[in-house]
Amino acid sequence: MEHIDWGLVDWSRAQFALTALYHWIFVPLTLGLSFIIAIMETIYVKTGNPEWKRITKFWMKLFGINFAIGVATGIILEFQFGTNWSNYSWFVGDIFGAPLAIEGIMAFFLESTFIAIMFFGWKKVSKKTHLWSSWLVAIGSNLSGLWILVANGWMQNPIGMHFNPETVRNEMNNFWEVLFNPVAVNKFLHTISSAYVLAALFVIGISAWYLIKNRNTALSKKSMIVASVFGFFSILFTIFSGDGSAKEVAKHQPMKLAAMEGLYQGQRQAPLIAIGFFGSQTDPNNPKEQEFAFNLKIPNALSYIAFSDVNAFVPGIKDLVHGNKKEGIISYQEKIEKGKKAIDALAAYKIAKKENKPEIADAALKIFNENFNYFGYGYYFGKDPYLLVPDVKISFYAFHTMVGLGFYFVLLFILIYLFAYKNKFQNKKWLLWVAVWTIPLAYIAQEAGWIVAEVGRQPWVIQDLLPNIAAVSQIDQSSVQITFFLFLAVFTALLIAEIKIMLTQIKKAKISDTNENTGGTK
Amino acid sequence: MFETLSHTALQEYWWFLASLLGALLVFLLFVQGGQTLIYKLGKTADERNIIVNSLGRKWEFTFTTLVTFGGAMFASFPLFYSTSFGGAYWVWMAILFAFILQAVSYEYRRKPNNFLGEKTYDVFLFINGLIATVFLGVAVSTFFTGSAFSVDKMNILNLTSDKMPIISAWEVPSHGLEAIWTTAHLAFLQNLALGLAIFFLSRVLALLYFQRNIDNKEIIERTRKSLIKNAVIFLVFFLFWLIRLMVIDGFAVNPDTKEVFLEPYKYLHNLLEMPVVLIILLVGIVGVLWGLFVSIVKKKDTGIWFAGTGTVLTVLALFLIAGYNNTAFYPSTFDLNSSLTIANSSSSHFTLTVMSYVSLLIPFVLAYIIYAWRAMDKKKITSEEINSDSHSY
Ligand code: HDD
Ligand code: HEM
Ligand code: HEM
Repeated sequence: MEHIDWGLVDWSRAQFALTALYHWIFVPLTLGLSFIIAIMETIYVKTGNPEWKRITKFWMKLFGINFAIGVATGIILEFQFGTNWSNYSWFVGDIFGAPLAIEGIMAFFLESTFIAIMFFGWKKVSKKTHLWSSWLVAIGSNLSGLWILVANGWMQNPIGMHFNPETVRNEMNNFWEVLFNPVAVNKFLHTISSAYVLAALFVIGISAWYLIKNRNTALSKKSMIVASVFGFFSILFTIFSGDGSAKEVAKHQPMKLAAMEGLYQGQRQAPLIAIGFFGSQTDPNNPKEQEFAFNLKIPNALSYIAFSDVNAFVPGIKDLVHGNKKEGIISYQEKIEKGKKAIDALAAYKIAKKENKPEIADAALKIFNENFNYFGYGYYFGKDPYLLVPDVKISFYAFHTMVGLGFYFVLLFILIYLFAYKNKFQNKKWLLWVAVWTIPLAYIAQEAGWIVAEVGRQPWVIQDLLPNIAAVSQIDQSSVQITFFLFLAVFTALLIAEIKIMLTQIKKAKISDTNENTGGTK
Repeated sequence: MFETLSHTALQEYWWFLASLLGALLVFLLFVQGGQTLIYKLGKTADERNIIVNSLGRKWEFTFTTLVTFGGAMFASFPLFYSTSFGGAYWVWMAILFAFILQAVSYEYRRKPNNFLGEKTYDVFLFINGLIATVFLGVAVSTFFTGSAFSVDKMNILNLTSDKMPIISAWEVPSHGLEAIWTTAHLAFLQNLALGLAIFFLSRVLALLYFQRNIDNKEIIERTRKSLIKNAVIFLVFFLFWLIRLMVIDGFAVNPDTKEVFLEPYKYLHNLLEMPVVLIILLVGIVGVLWGLFVSIVKKKDTGIWFAGTGTVLTVLALFLIAGYNNTAFYPSTFDLNSSLTIANSSSSHFTLTVMSYVSLLIPFVLAYIIYAWRAMDKKKITSEEINSDSHSY
């Protein structure tokens, strides 16, 4: 068992993280801006006011620049399951592949077809058809989100399937359970609403910059009103669904929750840490424990948030690793042993089958079924159970950054709406600058969210069933290193290009109040 | 209704759909072919812009078809997806990088302050055109010539085996690139021939597409000259590949024992034993030739319809003889019995049933794509249109 190539696993993880995080820079803007554009175009079609058409076209241009690179970074994710996680692809391809295929058939084609009309069809189809196309692009992009998040949600909470010992893999037996997996539902709602938040902040920030420069003021105020209303409702929804996600995490991934909160010792009436910083010191008796240098607690809140009950017991990392008899939690060591039994029993079953010894096969299968729920733990046989604990510092900071920013965004949307509506930005330059600088914060909140979700579930690729060490492909670590750095170089170059192009378009845009020509206006 | 079908029937249905997607993908590679002709056909910046914009309204379809092909393979033949992508790592990575470069190039090439400069993006488009076509051709050819891999599901269970936990292992360190230098059975010749055939085919299709899509005398004049050259080279490579395919040993499966063995003239036998497929193949080839005839001799602009349909039918037939009639569609030369067949690499009955319901959407997808293309292609592209549009590449 010592031939597990940890370097390969780590580099494959690094590559997945790199490409996924890059993809996620562009995706939320696509998801949100497509709706904002559709709303703006609807206003144009309803009012017939050409100003709104120019506004729509301006945001559409930025949309196109961002969309292209979203597509570029997406293709690699689609195939990376095969190239770098080939064991995984085979082990769960039956279940995980389906949403991916549905996404292609149902969503990507919708989006790529109607995007051509949206960009190039202004003079080729009727106003109504064009408006329809814009809405279909928005729906298509959000449908892509749906299917991939169903797939991701399933990995966090694998249901709707059974293990088939004949084929040695997991097979789907209930499609609706996979689709309406509560983890996936919350994840979808939370992710798309947070994407709308980002898009709203993007529109507000750029509009604020125009107001500071005293340019395109009509565009800016109109855009701000649309975006702040859209953003305000979206952030409420984000918080609501984020709370739902946290409850699901508590139910299905207690270790992730403990890591998110830096909770080592489980307790009832557990407090929520509102703000906390880890010290550099670790307890000499407990070298694996990170200690807070400073923290601010809200009493009872964690128990309440996780289980809607202040008296509920929230297990800490130690309870999960070492077990807690009183609360009925079994230790990782025990789970590892059960997992090992499951793996060995399955191997015995396969051999007995081949040699045509039905009694031995039946007995093995029985042992396997009893222990299957811990199957993945078996790969850690003979290893330190603390390898099954995710990175606590990263999970904690990422989670708290996301939540903190979420509450700040609520406030910002309210202020922006009030001032934009009353048209009172004259002496509020500071607020405008705050809005501009909130754009990067929106991106930070997004990336932080994925880091919580993905780092917090380590080392599981499929919760409890498949750890990352059993999911990899057979390639050299050096090959993955090469592709890692190639991706880094290519994506970074393209990101720089994207930002430069975007800034130039923003700087030179004249969508003005008077009568500059932006081309193509009727 | 699908749940009443047998597992074998579902596997055959999904192999048909995957083959159809593959065939459509090869046709849509005309975008890639066109990208290698930008400077050949466009002598002025204006002409090049016309060409790029003509292709630029279609590139998404090729891209999306590739992505959907990947997703469909993942869902319906997961063992193929994991074995081939994880094994022939470098071939697929090269293809993916080529597509990454393409995806931004149209949108960014003429935008002010684009960091890398217009020329670089045009080079990206060329690279995509070359690599995507040649490598996809080579990859498809290995469906008939085989690759060196082994598959053993026990590896994930035996914690002390030295391959643990790897199920599909590639047995040569070049991870797929060996397809262009493996000398056994002259596989490299066969693989390269198809790679180059697809490259020149994509250029032929691009030239025919331009004739139909662009309204510009000079460009069309040049497409006519270019067409003959590219068509001749394509036919040489393709016929070489096809004729050789008919005479080589194929990877047959014994339907009773499931054992894989080499059968002389296997692919010829497959055609003769499945006359419908033979007819599809012949109609396809005639379609391509007729498309060339229509353009070269009759000087009409409708060649793309015949050549395009012909391409789809031809490639479809080739995929079908790779998978149907007790044939291993992804053969292993390292260990014959690791070869993948549609039966041993497919998803469960349940998943294929669910996916089959989803496949009912395909006609609707095709319908709206056709609608959108019609709306967009009613009038041919001219330089006035591009220069007056607020959004152009
Ligand atoms: C603008 C972005 C943004 C904001 C302001 C928030 N989130 Fe979030 N969050 C995301 C963007 C995001 C995300 C990027 O969309 C994630 C990553 C995975 C997912 O499902 O959504 C996510 C994941 C995520 C998870 C992990 C889910 C899992 O592991 O499956 C939890 C528990 C929360 N969020 C909870 C919250 C709470 C309580 C918030 C209160 C303000 C909050 N989020 C604000
Ligand atoms: C929604 C579909 C997604 C799926 C199915 C998915 C699946 C995976 C898989 C298979 C891995 C590698 C195995 C592992 O290291 O455990 C992984 C790791 C990771 N993913 Fe995701 N992912 C998805 C989306 C994302 C997104 C959008 C992001 C970020 C923006 C992200 C961030 C990460 C990170 C940071 C890691 C590495 C974590 C670590 O190794 O510590 N994921 N994910
Ligand atoms: C690991 C997981 C993921 C994979 C495999 C993946 C795959 C892809 C692919 C292949 C594309 C290009 C599509 C095209 O041909 O046009 C793409 C683009 C996109 N993806 Fe992802 N994606 C992942 C994660 C996500 C997530 C989590 C979301 C949203 C919630 C998302 C939403 C989008 C959107 C909106 C686009 C924009 C372009 C388009 O749809 O064509 N993706 N993704």
